[in-house]
Amino acid sequence: MESTQIASNGFISAAYVIAALLFIFSLAGLSKQESAQRGNLFGIAGMVIALFATIIDPRVSNVFVIIIAMVIGSGIGLRLANKVEMTQMPELVAILHSFVGLAAVLVGFNSYIEAGHGVVITAAQHTAMNIHLSEIFIGIFIGAVTFTGSVVAFAKLRGTISSSALMLPHRHKMNLAAGVFSFLLLLSFVNHGGSNIALFLMTVTALVFGWHLVASIGGADMPVVVSMLNSYSGWAAAAAGFMLNNDLLIITGALVGSSGAILSYIMCKAMNRSFISVIAGGFGTDVVIDNDKDYGEHIEVHAEGVADILRNAKSVVIAPGYGMAVAQAQYPVYELTQQLINKGIKVRFAIHPVAGRLPGHMNVLLAEAKVPYDIVLGMDEINDDFAEADVVLVIGANDTVNPAAAEDPTSPIAGMPVLEVWNAKEVIVFKRSMNTGYAGVQNPLFFKENTQMLFGDAKDSVEQIFKAL
Amino acid sequence: MRIGIPKESFLGERRVAASPSSVSALIKLGFTVQVQKSAGTKASFTDQEYSDANAEVVTKKACWQSDVILKVNAPTLDEVASMNNGATLISFIAPAQSSELLVALKDKSITTLAMEMVPRMTRSQPMDALSSMANIAGYRAVIEASHHFGRFFTGQITAAGKMPPAKVMIIGAGVAGLAAIGTAGSLGAIVRAFDTRPEVKEQIESMGSEFLELDYEEPEDTGSGDGYAKEMSKAFIDAEMALFAQQAKDVDIIITTAMIPGKPAPKLITETMVESMKAGSVIVDLAAAGGGNCECTVVGKVVDTHGVKVIGYTDLVSRLPNQASQLYANNLVNLTKLLCKNKDGTLDIDFDDVVIRNMTVVKEDEITFPPPPIQVSAAPVKKATVEPVQPVEEEATSPVKKYAFMAAGIALFGWVASVAPADFLTHFTVFVLACVIGYYVVWNVSHSLHTPLMSVTNAISGIIIVGALLQIGSGNTLVQILATLATLVATINIVGGFKVTSRMLKMFSK
Repeated sequence: MESTQIASNGFISAAYVIAALLFIFSLAGLSKQESAQRGNLFGIAGMVIALFATIIDPRVSNVFVIIIAMVIGSGIGLRLANKVEMTQMPELVAILHSFVGLAAVLVGFNSYIEAGHGVVITAAQHTAMNIHLSEIFIGIFIGAVTFTGSVVAFAKLRGTISSSALMLPHRHKMNLAAGVFSFLLLLSFVNHGGSNIALFLMTVTALVFGWHLVASIGGADMPVVVSMLNSYSGWAAAAAGFMLNNDLLIITGALVGSSGAILSYIMCKAMNRSFISVIAGGFGTDVVIDNDKDYGEHIEVHAEGVADILRNAKSVVIAPGYGMAVAQAQYPVYELTQQLINKGIKVRFAIHPVAGRLPGHMNVLLAEAKVPYDIVLGMDEINDDFAEADVVLVIGANDTVNPAAAEDPTSPIAGMPVLEVWNAKEVIVFKRSMNTGYAGVQNPLFFKENTQMLFGDAKDSVEQIFKAL
Repeated sequence: MRIGIPKESFLGERRVAASPSSVSALIKLGFTVQVQKSAGTKASFTDQEYSDANAEVVTKKACWQSDVILKVNAPTLDEVASMNNGATLISFIAPAQSSELLVALKDKSITTLAMEMVPRMTRSQPMDALSSMANIAGYRAVIEASHHFGRFFTGQITAAGKMPPAKVMIIGAGVAGLAAIGTAGSLGAIVRAFDTRPEVKEQIESMGSEFLELDYEEPEDTGSGDGYAKEMSKAFIDAEMALFAQQAKDVDIIITTAMIPGKPAPKLITETMVESMKAGSVIVDLAAAGGGNCECTVVGKVVDTHGVKVIGYTDLVSRLPNQASQLYANNLVNLTKLLCKNKDGTLDIDFDDVVIRNMTVVKEDEITFPPPPIQVSAAPVKKATVEPVQPVEEEATSPVKKYAFMAAGIALFGWVASVAPADFLTHFTVFVLACVIGYYVVWNVSHSLHTPLMSVTNAISGIIIVGALLQIGSGNTLVQILATLATLVATINIVGGFKVTSRMLKMFSK
């Protein structure tokens, strides 16, 4: 069916192989801080080579149009990237995913329109045609789901629409129905050798499905959602590679797809929940919470008191959560850290994998505030050290430091790995009120005898402590 | 209240009930502290250090007059006589064996807390002096053994010849046993350990030792609910002895730690077994104080029987006096924190707290020993596992589903592969291999780089622009427009993604 194979042009093939290798190096480079910048450069180099090789491909014409489109696109991209606040990173990542999804849909449509010229004579050609049509269909489906899903995720993260989970009745059945319906459309689409109506219906279904999928997932599950969409955008690119017989797209798409899938898996692991249960959405709603249980009294403390405690400490661990990002407290936290370090106090940060709204979100915020990355430790690295810490400052975290996860088998978050802050000598919890966290579970940490509560906006509280020191 | 730290009078005792840092901790709780002159000398704490920590250094008489006495060993009757009526005493007491002492304490209304009565609960771990002392004993047992053992622990191959590593068997994997496993292992020996409680197998293995299994199943649970092992049935003991006899021929060092609370230590190593050991072997009997696990043990001495040295020291803990005193003093501080919740320098003996209730053997003029039994582990834990938790069910069904899906996937792929053109299969191969590469590459990513990873993969997934570029030259105007649009959005993605990644990565600094 395709008379011109990309492999026909040796130079372009070579360029694609090099680009694919550079992308692999790029991801490998990102595994360590030391090599991360180089990894990014590898990625850029790979992309430049791939684009250059494609543009000089004899089949590509209208170079002028391409350049105009790319200049405009670059302008928008640079503007977005330069303007974005680090607290808004999740939104940016989400909206960028939607662009990949949109591009995949458009490329899929184009492929379909052009595929109409194929001549079907032999059985082999017939099969090839069927496979090609399926690829188009699947590519558009994934692209459309990614597109609306990312747009909804963007809107939720931005606060344009409520971040709580949308609970439609029969939502699981609806998702299932959308899947089955799309599959039937696929069969009809392939049988008719392509059908505008089936394609149109499927696109609409996929768009609605993507919207509903993300709308029914709540705010704190966003790290999973964003990494899942990251994965989808990769699969969408891979599907486009299949329809265009382009190995570079397939390789790159597969790399991105598996990367996103692994991140989703890590996030799910960190919440001790299965991927399905996160995607099915609606966490914490069908659990009966025993609010009548008497947890005892909590002890309140003021900024001056915290300053006194810190002054006498030798080792301090700070466990930040999404509340720190909301209050924009990372800068004062950095100043406080500096002051403690200058006093000869050992300061470290403990990051739970799902803290924040994006995998690694807390690390980026702390890095933005110039906190050196070698004192920012992951849960596995620091959990055993809490017993040696004199003071733990819990800033805007709740479910990720909840001892009920480890101690109470009936708790909805039972079995979720958490930061074991309560093993430290003293714990100071920065919180706006005694409200429960995302999971809606009361936190026995607040009532432990070595815990003291510091109420108020995290940023103000940290600044007050800073002054009192 | 005034806390007094007297000098230990027990023969050979080198420990003391307070360290300079525990003194400051006690003062912080609102107490005043007086330490008897030269109380800490043998544990390498000078009087000067204590007074630097704001303790008063006083005479023996003044010290015993304090409101609260913190001690290591049980006081003698003379010492009790020199105490104030209504004072408080915290030390090891051995209440089951010392009824005379309890009566003397009761007569003077001295409220007494026995440190060996700390229940084995998670909450009371910080004050569990038996555990902290057992840890030291286990360590020291290995050190003593190596002192008397004429060879290296670790195996070496040198120019002068090859030396095999020493083989160590440890019986009883309580705190002392586990500490001994760790110490012997870190010296390079091959360590094997045995315990009657099969549930400690994991702990033993986590310390890098081999767990010796019996070919015999005890019908019921072997823990007694209070965290200690209990006596075993006849058949079990026979199987156990056969195992020890067989091991004795092979190992170089045996360290026994088997004790049953309130009963004489079980005899586990017979004289025949000792005889069967290689000459130069060493046995350290940590249960010597309770009569010993070995028939050849002589309490407090090292004896040479059939060429095997049997060490029966009962003061192993005291042989590490500084470390032991520090840990014991910390246990006492933690207990004091529990007794003095308001940090106002007074003690509150609250019988509603099971830890305090269990430890108190004399309250004012009443003997409160033995305490009512408390169950610390087995029962509640078991209940918890029985609880039907949702995810467990899910997991039970998922393997079947998983395999079904797998089989369906393989069948589907087989069908597709049989009808698809070679071209498709080539692409598919590339796809699968790329997934595998992606898996291995990404799996190593440091957690702090998750966000940059996402933004860079995001930029890379903009590679879909290649598809759009190839379509832009189409003759169809609609295709051209759509492709141009796709090029535009994909470019935003590429440029934005790389730019924001580099912005983020620049921020990360050491």
